[in-house]
Amino acid sequence: MIAVARIAAVAALQTTEIGDRMSAMDPAGVQAQRIRDLSTFLFIVGALVTAIVAGAALAAVLRRSSDAHAAAPTTDLAAAQPERERHAAAWVAGGLGATIVILLVFLVFDFGVGRAMVTMPGADSALTVHVRGQQWWWDVQYDDPDPSRRVRTANEIHVPVGRPVLLRLTSRDVIHSFWAPNLHGKKDLIPGHEAFTWFRADTAGVYRGRCAEYCGLQHARMGFIVIAQPPEEFAAWYEAQLRPAAVPADSLQHAGERVFMSRGCVLCHSVRGTPAGARLGPDLTHLASRRTIAAGMLPNTRGHLGGWILDPQQVKPGVRMPPNQLAADELHALLAYLEGLR
Amino acid sequence: MSLPCPERARRCAGVLTAALLLTACDREQRRVREIAPGATAAPFVVQNDALQAGPMLIDPAIRYDYERNAWAIAEGKTYFEAFNCVGCHAPGGGGAMGPPLIDSLWIYGSDPENIFQTIVQGRPRGMPAFGGRLPNAEVWKLVAFVRYLGGFTPQDTRPGRDDHMRGTTVDPQEGPPSARRGEIPPEQRAPGDDPPRSPPARDSTRKP
Repeated sequence: MIAVARIAAVAALQTTEIGDRMSAMDPAGVQAQRIRDLSTFLFIVGALVTAIVAGAALAAVLRRSSDAHAAAPTTDLAAAQPERERHAAAWVAGGLGATIVILLVFLVFDFGVGRAMVTMPGADSALTVHVRGQQWWWDVQYDDPDPSRRVRTANEIHVPVGRPVLLRLTSRDVIHSFWAPNLHGKKDLIPGHEAFTWFRADTAGVYRGRCAEYCGLQHARMGFIVIAQPPEEFAAWYEAQLRPAAVPADSLQHAGERVFMSRGCVLCHSVRGTPAGARLGPDLTHLASRRTIAAGMLPNTRGHLGGWILDPQQVKPGVRMPPNQLAADELHALLAYLEGLR
Repeated sequence: MSLPCPERARRCAGVLTAALLLTACDREQRRVREIAPGATAAPFVVQNDALQAGPMLIDPAIRYDYERNAWAIAEGKTYFEAFNCVGCHAPGGGGAMGPPLIDSLWIYGSDPENIFQTIVQGRPRGMPAFGGRLPNAEVWKLVAFVRYLGGFTPQDTRPGRDDHMRGTTVDPQEGPPSARRGEIPPEQRAPGDDPPRSPPARDSTRKP
């Protein structure tokens, strides 16, 4: 029963709403496009070479078997057939030359693509996003020269279409790896070290990503989403995220806020605009504006959120959030409050 | 024994291997779904002293068996920093505003139940009460870590040492690493102290 529910939850996320084609062969940005072009070129040339080599091997086998009846048997093939020897040498030299040329072409192409991927155009207009990976979620913070305009969120990165995004990656505990295949290749998040990479989304859409370096029990469920939006929509989202938490609208939400502040939630989570300011867990100021919870694993609906709060260990065993014993009315009020955190 | 020598040796080796394999089981168990007793509304009373008024109360069954669990002590170490125990007891438990925890003689007792009550109830002159906020299993993990600090836990369950690489980059929200580690800031450092670590060079965007 629980397994069926879990499969249904995962299946719900596979709809076209959230990135139905998480693939490096489906680029939506310039970096992923370059990677795919390079790999397509390598694949085609490699396939041709394989076909030629296989054909030559096949021809050699067939020719030898047909010549065995024609020529007189002799132990010294080279002396008996000098022309054949020259013919073979020509083939070998030609093959060697072709291989060297092909490899040099590969080298130049790869070098060119590598340099292009490293160079970020428009450094002044780039959006800087700090991503700090930890077991097993992504702490995302948008950078801004003005500290009051920095947005902190979790597991969901919004970017404007057509603008380069500089990612500053680090880790809080072990090595993770940032991988959104539609947008770029993998980049490791190494503790104690800040890595840089950049990408640019050229098509609006919702793209899934995942952790690509084994990091513990829930590495397989450490996902995130990147939402590329038109610049106006992105600006509107950013302004909404800058606002402090929504004030509880009715008595039920007030009761929920009391539950949040008086129970264990405040020890790990922060809600800007309230006394809750802990940094151990994700920022919940705008929890209801996110599409997923549990690092891209569950859709952000009331049922999933309630189940997650009561027993995250059943959904993602080993995760850092403990089970919470809440009475039914407390949970009801708490969910109403969290749904109001838009 | 009636067995011949090689057979006896083989049997002894087998028994010893099995015993060796079984010793580490308890140490590495990760009991992630535990809901420890006392999490309900009923008051959780621990007998701290043999003296009590009136008839003898029966001790409730306290299930504390994290003493030999390395994972629980490591989790307790994470909580010790995350819930700001280091703010009063200093990183490493050396004590600052709060009493040191690396000695083994404490006013309110060093038994696991006593430490549990201290964390849950709070104590006069500064120790906050975490009962009702921290789930009991998490309190027991902190208890196990505090016991480790006091030197009560077995040596094979020591948590990992601090990884100083963890704090080398400057996190925009957390500030410079020296402040996070509780070190003396550079401007207050006396001449003759170790020089501060140089900041890491800017990493290029080359592939790792």
